[in-house]
Amino acid sequence: MTLSVDISHRLGDFAIDANFESAGRLTALFGPSGSGKSTLINLIAGLIRPQKGRIAVDGRVLVDTAAGIFVPMHKRRIGMVFQDARLFPHMSVAGNLRYGRWFTPVAERYASMDAVVELLGIGPLLDRRPAKLSGGEKQRVAVGRALLASPKLLLMDEPLASLDEARKAEILPYIERLRDETKIPIAYVSHSVAEVARLASDVAVLSQGKIAAFGPTEVIMQRLDLLPAEERGEGGAVLDTRVLRHDEAFGMTVLGSPAGEIRVPRLPRPAGAVVRLRIRARDVMIATEQPVGFSALNILPGTIAAVRPGVGPTVEIAIDCNGATVLARITEQSKQSLRLAPGREVFAVIKTVSFDSATTGAALPVEADG
Amino acid sequence: MNWLLDLTPDEWNAVRLSIKVATVAMIASLPPGILIALLLARGRFWGKTLLNGLVHLPLILPPVVTGYLLLLTFGRRGPAGAFLAEHFGLVFSFRWTGAALACGVMGFPLMVRAIRLSIEAVDRKMEAAAGTLGANPVWVFATITLPLILPGLIAGAILSFAKAMGEFGATITFVSNIPNETQTLPSAIYTFTQVPGGDPGALRLTLISIVISMVALVASEVLARRIGQRMDIE
Repeated sequence: MTLSVDISHRLGDFAIDANFESAGRLTALFGPSGSGKSTLINLIAGLIRPQKGRIAVDGRVLVDTAAGIFVPMHKRRIGMVFQDARLFPHMSVAGNLRYGRWFTPVAERYASMDAVVELLGIGPLLDRRPAKLSGGEKQRVAVGRALLASPKLLLMDEPLASLDEARKAEILPYIERLRDETKIPIAYVSHSVAEVARLASDVAVLSQGKIAAFGPTEVIMQRLDLLPAEERGEGGAVLDTRVLRHDEAFGMTVLGSPAGEIRVPRLPRPAGAVVRLRIRARDVMIATEQPVGFSALNILPGTIAAVRPGVGPTVEIAIDCNGATVLARITEQSKQSLRLAPGREVFAVIKTVSFDSATTGAALPVEADG
Repeated sequence: MNWLLDLTPDEWNAVRLSIKVATVAMIASLPPGILIALLLARGRFWGKTLLNGLVHLPLILPPVVTGYLLLLTFGRRGPAGAFLAEHFGLVFSFRWTGAALACGVMGFPLMVRAIRLSIEAVDRKMEAAAGTLGANPVWVFATITLPLILPGLIAGAILSFAKAMGEFGATITFVSNIPNETQTLPSAIYTFTQVPGGDPGALRLTLISIVISMVALVASEVLARRIGQRMDIE
């Protein structure tokens, strides 16, 4: 699937000018509030008609102002999950779920009620009214409702933004399952590095209505300069790792990665499970020799690949650890006193306790309900 | 106490006629009422203020004036009246249908107001959500907007019904006061008060009108509460 967008649209003082093409499983539209993410997703859904441009999904043109094409939203077959869920208050959960099915041509219905209910763990909620659901439950039902319309593309507009941390942790595993177990491509709007790093395959960074950068998640998350100031500390390397074993005596989990073994606090995941690990650049220390008598457990040997000036008195140092890049954010002073430069062999040092649920994706196991 | 319950055939006819007139006026007003309320709540067009004023006119004008205007337009020789009689066989003047028309027109502003308020209270984001799920605008209206405005619709319908039960001035001006044809409850009560010894009849019909109004009001309350519970809007 490819989503191609080439749009310019003006709303009062605000102009959006976006051009990108994504073939990813889950494309994040990432940026601070007011950067135009939601406008962009509303343009794709057909809630707003662009002044100029073209949007196509898999070659099917949805908008082409030059050719005079505008497919109305109800004919786009694009599912949408809103930040505020927007469940219909006069229908039960089951009624909400079934709503989109009516309007889907029988031949194009691929989503089955049972499979979606199972995927999202919403079986016990079916007879309830939306007003009786928690915020997290509402969002899961909203996702299910969009899925049951058998969409060709699923748009999610900050689906977790109005939820507290516990509710977010409850829903994230379901979105991961959605990404991995269904074939529906997803465009996901978010301003949170934690969500994007965990979920996205590709990231389009929006800034003041323009696409500031577009690329694979591992690459974009290391470009600290692209992240909004309040989220910059969350940036860093994103590694796909695998659970090797658990160290029950010390309450740790050992993850295998190309860079070497990484010890993190105990994760509720079975051995062999894939864990997308984010290593915050600010959590990485650099040693020029193998540290001895040092409390940090993760010491990854590597070679400095690049040294870039950072924001303020900092530098960003990319360390190539056996093919995986680990990013460190240190002071200019440390860089000079250690004489760090590209090509130098160093050790990236990361404390186990610097990993938390936001960086290890250690949410509740998928079986958990409620 | 027997005189209270023993209605004469003419009195029964007045009760039946009033209920028929009010019911027809209410049902016939609903479709145009919804349409006009939608236009006023959502439409952006030239002359919206004018339309709003026109709809509210019967509320402000003396009922006699409204009745006379109806007589001029829908009477036998009025432009609309002649056209409808010739092409559809629909005659208003001095018929119960004319009473229903007069009552409908008099209750129309009340109905439109109630429906319009409830349409303005509908969260349009819900409609957008239905659109993304594949519902075209007509389906969105039928499955989302209409159920969400149901309480307002019921309130508007009851107001229109109650107004029709009590309408007097426009009705008597337009279709006169003919027993068994256009003599509704208020007209019958008025007639009783004009003849010697008519007091018991007037009192009987007055009590009946109170009962009908109370039943309509209570029914609408119960209905609205039940819908509110079903929707659980907190």
